[in-house]
Amino acid sequence: MADLSINFAGIKSPNPFWIASGPPSNTAYQSHRAFEAGWGGLVWKTIGDPIINVSSRYSALNLGGQRMVGFNNIELISDRSPETNFREIKEVKDRWPNHAVIASLMVDTRERWHEFVKRSADCGADGIELNFGCPHGMCERGMGSAVGQNPDVAETIVGWVMEAAEIPVIVKLTPNITNVVYAARAAKRAGADAISLINTINSITNVNLDTLTPEPFVRGLSSHGGYCGPAVKPIALNMVQSCAADSEVGLPISGIGGIGSWRDAAEFLALGSLSLQVCTAVMHYGFRIVEDMNEGLSDYLDAKGYQSVADFSGAAVKTLSDWQYLDLHYKRVARIDYDKCIGCNLCYIACEDGAHQCIDLVDSAPYGLGPGRVPGKPVPKVREEDCVGCNLCSIVCPVDDCITMVEMDTGRDQMSWSDYQTRLTKGEMQPIPAHP
Amino acid sequence: MTLKPLLDAETAAQSMAEKESRYTRQEALIESNRCLFCFDAPCIMACPTGIDIPSFIKKIANGNPTGSARTILTANVLGASCARVCPTEVLCEGACVVLDLEGDPVKIGRLQRYATDYVFEHQIEVLHAPAKKNGKKIAILGAGPAGLGCAAELAQLGYDVTVFDKKQAGGGLNTYGIAYYKMRPEISLDEVKMIERLGVNFRYGVKIGQDISVADLEKDFDAIFLGLGLGGANRLGIPGEDLPEVVDALDFIEWIHTRPLHEVPVGRRVAVLGCGNTAIDAVTQSKRLGAEVASIIYRRDEDDMPAYGFEYELAKNDGATFHFHTVPTEVLAENGHVKALRLAKTESRDGQLQIIPGSEWTEEFDLVLKAVGQEKQSSAFEKLFPGLKLDRKGRVEHNPETMETSVPKLFVGGDCANGGREVVNAVAEGKKAARGINALLANQKVTGPIQPSRHGTKDGALGSGFNHPIRVPELLAAMNS
Repeated sequence: MADLSINFAGIKSPNPFWIASGPPSNTAYQSHRAFEAGWGGLVWKTIGDPIINVSSRYSALNLGGQRMVGFNNIELISDRSPETNFREIKEVKDRWPNHAVIASLMVDTRERWHEFVKRSADCGADGIELNFGCPHGMCERGMGSAVGQNPDVAETIVGWVMEAAEIPVIVKLTPNITNVVYAARAAKRAGADAISLINTINSITNVNLDTLTPEPFVRGLSSHGGYCGPAVKPIALNMVQSCAADSEVGLPISGIGGIGSWRDAAEFLALGSLSLQVCTAVMHYGFRIVEDMNEGLSDYLDAKGYQSVADFSGAAVKTLSDWQYLDLHYKRVARIDYDKCIGCNLCYIACEDGAHQCIDLVDSAPYGLGPGRVPGKPVPKVREEDCVGCNLCSIVCPVDDCITMVEMDTGRDQMSWSDYQTRLTKGEMQPIPAHP
Repeated sequence: MTLKPLLDAETAAQSMAEKESRYTRQEALIESNRCLFCFDAPCIMACPTGIDIPSFIKKIANGNPTGSARTILTANVLGASCARVCPTEVLCEGACVVLDLEGDPVKIGRLQRYATDYVFEHQIEVLHAPAKKNGKKIAILGAGPAGLGCAAELAQLGYDVTVFDKKQAGGGLNTYGIAYYKMRPEISLDEVKMIERLGVNFRYGVKIGQDISVADLEKDFDAIFLGLGLGGANRLGIPGEDLPEVVDALDFIEWIHTRPLHEVPVGRRVAVLGCGNTAIDAVTQSKRLGAEVASIIYRRDEDDMPAYGFEYELAKNDGATFHFHTVPTEVLAENGHVKALRLAKTESRDGQLQIIPGSEWTEEFDLVLKAVGQEKQSSAFEKLFPGLKLDRKGRVEHNPETMETSVPKLFVGGDCANGGREVVNAVAEGKKAARGINALLANQKVTGPIQPSRHGTKDGALGSGFNHPIRVPELLAAMNS
C-alpha cells in the first residue's frame, strides 16, 4: 500500500486531501465532520477583522443539464470573530492532533499580521496560509488579490509575516494576474515556506435574461465574483505546473482548482502539487467524497508502483515544454473503427466546418454496418494523407475508442521549431512551404 | 343493440387517460441533452416528413421551445398528433444512434410533444401564410392528415384553399380513429384550428359527388387534391355478419371520440377480428372501458401479425387475450343479438391457410369488432373521376415525385394512395402533393426531397427519409408489402 501521508513544508498530514479555505472550513463542527469523513487537513476559512456578508452569495454555471460545472461566490472572509475562530481551531487540534489545520489569514498592517500570525501558532495551528487571492470585496479594501496582483507588495507583506512566523507559511496565489510565476517568485524571495494555487478567478457566471441582472442577485445589483469548480481545473493545472517547473520558485505546492475526484488529484500531483485542496466539490456533495479520493489515489499509486505521494509528486512536470521544442516531424492521423461507429457523423461535420476538411462521407458498402448505422447512409472516412492529426474528430466522437489517433512513421528525424530556425540560419535547409 | 356502457365517468376517465404524461420543463431538458446532435442524423432519414429532429431537440435544450415547435411544424403541420401516434419505435427512435450507444433512444416523440404542446398552450403562432394570396384556388377532398398536410402547405405558399369533408369536424382518423389513451381528439381539432388560422376554408358535411359535383369542383378550382382515405371494414363473408353487435372497429373507436367515455357501449366479452394496429387499439380500449374479456382472433401465427411489437406488448399488459391460428366461421345470435362466435383452428398447408376439419368450437361474445382491414374505394373513385387509374391493390396511381394522378390537375395522397399507412406518411404525401400542385400551377420543377436534411454527401445524394431507406426491418418490410 502506497503511503498517502505527506510532509508539506513541515506540515504533516495523514493524506494529501485538505479542505480549502472556504465555507466548508468555517467552523469546528464542520472540521470534525471533515476529519471523520477522512480528510487529511483543512485550511480554515480566512480569519481577519470580521466582515459583514450580503445575503445571496453564490451562483453557478450549468452546462447541458450538468449542474455546477463552474461555481461563483461573492462571500467574504469569515464573518466570525478572530477569538471564536482561534478558539475553535484549538478545539479541533486538541481532538485531531495528527491532522493538519492551517489558519488562513487576511489583515492589513504589519502589526496586525504579527498579531494574527502569533495567535495562529498559539492556538496550535500547523501552519498559516496567507490569503492574497480573494478577488472580490476585500481587494477594494487593499487586501486579498490587491496584494497578490502586485509581487512587490506581496513580497513586503510575506516579509512581515516571516518576521513573526514560527510555523510554516503558505502563500495563496491569485490567478487574476498575467503570469503567476512572478508572484510565486516574490513569495520565495520573501522566505515563504510554500505556495498554494489557484484562488478563484474573477467572474460573472450568467445574466438573468428576465431581470437583466447577473446572479447572485442582491437587490437589483450583483458583483464580480470568484470562479471555481470543475471548469477552472485546466487553468489551475497550467499555473501549478508553471510554478513547479520554474527554477526560481522551488517551493512545495498545494494544488487547488476544480478537484473533485482522485483522478483530478492525481493530475495535480503529477504536475507538481504535494497537497491538494478541495472546496467546490464538497459544497456540491459534502465531505463524503474524500473516501473515493483516498481509495482511488492509493490504488493508482500501487498500480503504478509509486511508494508514496511524495514519490509521485511532479512525475509529469517535465513532460511539458515550450512549444518551440516540440517535434515538427511527429505525425498522427485519425483512424475510425467501423465496428464501433454509430453513424452520428459528428466527426465529419467537426472536421468539415471546424477544422481541416480531411474527412469524406463515402459509400458505406465496404465498411459493413456498425452498431447504429443506416444502410445506404454514407460513412465518414479519414483522408489520411491530408489529416493534420489535430485530434478534433476523436474529441467529438461520442463512442469510446472509436476514433483513435495513430502515430505514423514519417521516416524523418526529429526537428523542432528551434532546430528549424537553427538549420535555416546555417543554410542547412530550405524554408518549408506554407500549407496550401 | 343491447350493449351498455360499463364504467362510471371517473373510472372511465382514469382508465383511458393518456398513457404518457407530458414532460415537465426539467424532464425535457434532461432528455434533450441526451441527443448527440448528429450531423445528417439517421432519425431525420427515418422520418417520412423529414423533421430536422436534432435541431428541434437542441432548441429545447437551449430553452427555445417556440423555435423548436417552428422547426417541427414547418416540416410536419400535424407534429402534435404525430408526437403521440407515430410508431416512433420503428421510425425516428428506432434509428436514433443513442439507442446503439446506451440501449435507450432519445425520446423524440415525447420531446416533440413537449415543444408542440408549448406553442398550442401559449397560443403562439409559428406558421404564417402570406398576406396576399396568389389568386389560385385549390380544393382538398378529405380533411384527414393527407388533406391537412396538403392544405397547410398550399396556404403557406399563398393559395386559396378549401377543404371538403363529409364529417362535421376535421382531422379524419386523427380526430375519430386513434386510441383515446394515445391522443385525445382535442389535439387533432387544435391542429385543424391552426390550419384554419392559415386562411384555409373548411366545408363540413359535404359528400363529394352528392352535395357537390366533381364537375363543379373542376370548374371552380385550379387543382384538386384527393385525400379520401379508405372505406369501411372489409366484409367477413360469414353468416351473422350483419347482426347489430358486429361493428367496424373504427366505428367503435369513433364512438369513443364522439360521446362521453362513460356513455360508450361496450361488450362484456369482446372479440376483435384481425391483429393489425387498429385491432390492438380496439382490444385495449374495450378492456379499458370495462370488458371482462377482450380477445384478438387472428387466423395466422403470432409472428405474422401486422401490429407492431410494442403494440402487442401493450395489449398483453392490458389483459387482452390472443387466439392465433383461429378464424370465425359464424356469428351466432340469440333473439337477434350476438351471442357467440363459432371458431375454428387453421393451419398452413402448402403456403395456404386452411381450416383444420373438426377443430370448430363455440365461444361466447356479445360484441364483435371487425379490424380485418378497410376496403378500398376503387369503384367510388372511378365513378367520381372517370379515367382515374388504380393499381391492382386498388391504390390510386400517381407520380411519386409530384403525387399527380392520371387525371389532369388531380393529385392524391394518404391512405387512398398508399393503401393505408401511418399518419406521418399521409402528412408527408399531402405536403409532397402541395409541392406538385405548386410546381404545376407556378410552372416550377419539383426539386429534391420535401424537407432536405441539412446536408448529404458532397454530391447532394442524401435527403430525407422519403427517398432513403431506414434500417428498421419491421418498417422496411411494411414498406415493401
